[in-house]
Amino acid sequence: MSEEIKLLKGNEAISHAAIRYGADGYFGYPITPQSEILETLMAEMPWETTGMVVLQAESEVAAINMVYGGAGTGKRIMTSSSSPGISLKLEGISYIAGAELPCLIVNIMRGGPGLGTIQPSQADYFQTVKGGGHGDYRLITLAPSSVQEMADFVGLGFDLAFKYSNPAIILADGIIGQMMEKVILPPYRPRKTEEEIEKESPWAARGKTKGRNRNVVTSLELDPAAMEENNIRFQAKYKLIEENEVRYEEFLCEDAEYLLVAFGSSARICQKTVELAREEGIKLGLLRPITLWPFPSKVLNTYADKTKGMLSVELNAGQMVEDVRLATNGKVKVEHFGRLGGIVFTPDEILAAFKQSVMNQ
Amino acid sequence: MKQEIIIAGFGGQGVLSMGKILAYSGLMEGKEVSWMPSYGPEQRGGTANVTVILSDDPISSPILNAYDIAIVLNQPSLEKFESKVKPGGILIYDGYGIHSKPKRTDIQTYRVDAMDAATEMKNEKAFNMLILGGLLKIVPMVKLENVLLGLKKSLPERHHKLIPMNEAAIKKGMEIIQKV
Repeated sequence: MSEEIKLLKGNEAISHAAIRYGADGYFGYPITPQSEILETLMAEMPWETTGMVVLQAESEVAAINMVYGGAGTGKRIMTSSSSPGISLKLEGISYIAGAELPCLIVNIMRGGPGLGTIQPSQADYFQTVKGGGHGDYRLITLAPSSVQEMADFVGLGFDLAFKYSNPAIILADGIIGQMMEKVILPPYRPRKTEEEIEKESPWAARGKTKGRNRNVVTSLELDPAAMEENNIRFQAKYKLIEENEVRYEEFLCEDAEYLLVAFGSSARICQKTVELAREEGIKLGLLRPITLWPFPSKVLNTYADKTKGMLSVELNAGQMVEDVRLATNGKVKVEHFGRLGGIVFTPDEILAAFKQSVMNQ
Repeated sequence: MKQEIIIAGFGGQGVLSMGKILAYSGLMEGKEVSWMPSYGPEQRGGTANVTVILSDDPISSPILNAYDIAIVLNQPSLEKFESKVKPGGILIYDGYGIHSKPKRTDIQTYRVDAMDAATEMKNEKAFNMLILGGLLKIVPMVKLENVLLGLKKSLPERHHKLIPMNEAAIKKGMEIIQKV
């Protein structure tokens, strides 16, 4: 019964997956191209079935602080927005990372900077994987490239967030958010009981009970020595995540002489580019980072020894390419191709750019 | 088998919903499908378009540079997409929306006078189903019974009473499409 195939937009898939995963709360504020997330949750009225709270806050800043509060009680809490809205949320995200709280954030990117355009873009890569907010923190970053992955990564994101007590983010764009594809939704699972929360999240601030000390959730620590200790603990956790949680997908990489590196919607378009190249006899492959942080540096380094050149294909002016260059450390030529401000490249356009900049044709 | 289709016209002509019904029909046939809309402000008055792919194999890019079939319902859409039909591909247009005719000779061109037929049926909302009928006559990529199932899936229950009217429009579209 749970195996029913549906045709959904990526945004809608996120909402259905959140209800089915047993999420406790969603706090958000509408913005194109992701408003269907809030709309679908409102239409489904999960507060009458699973008990999940869905609330349209008065602003993005209010929404992220509701997430902070909710996550502080050990509940499964999420929010979603698009680029300018995520910029507004960054202060709260830094606080949540600093307080070591698990939560799920969704960014369906649009073209910027500023208010920009509502068309798809991947220009928030730096913002997401290099900080965005202040301080030495990291977000576990998942980049879905299909509607199925939009649904699957809700559960994965929550699981990773709780495993490491750290915020996780789904970084997609208007293409994956707006397109409809076949999707098999995960089975329904119950929300956590109060007893389960008490056991799994003993740090949660949910009312002092007898026999334990008061739990305090905060990112504030005025004693610099203690604050350094906190940071050392964060870094140890980040190192563990880098060791254990790297995810990527290889497409026709085995015999590849050249590699495209692309994530999310760009990776889908690049798949077609690889098919076109193969028809011409060019041995091109595609490596798709699924986690943007932690970044699949090791595998890229291995491919640097086996290939003659790489092209990082992104809907931005060249952001992930910096991580590809760091990973390959000068061993192989790495170029970038992108379109900006909401314009999306086509498969043949990428092939032409690849031939010109990597093959020098 | 794979069909890469662009449907383009004015916002309000039912371009996106026609694509949705086609995608649902493909789903009913067990095909892989993708439906990628233009979602910009151009939907209010300008051109709206949707790329629909039906395939027996997994679909790579939902964004294309060339199409097997282009369905154009107004002049700006013809100008934008005529050149993007693959050689040997198919172009379908509505006679009412197009005033300067397609020029290419290396593709097959068809005309459905759907606006006229919809007016005759006293039901302008049947317009996109007349076009869909025309398409399915030329390329029977999905069975009519699956289109009806697709309609059921994509329409809210309160609109299910409109399905017989939609079926009639699809059949009418099959009759009136003509090769140019």
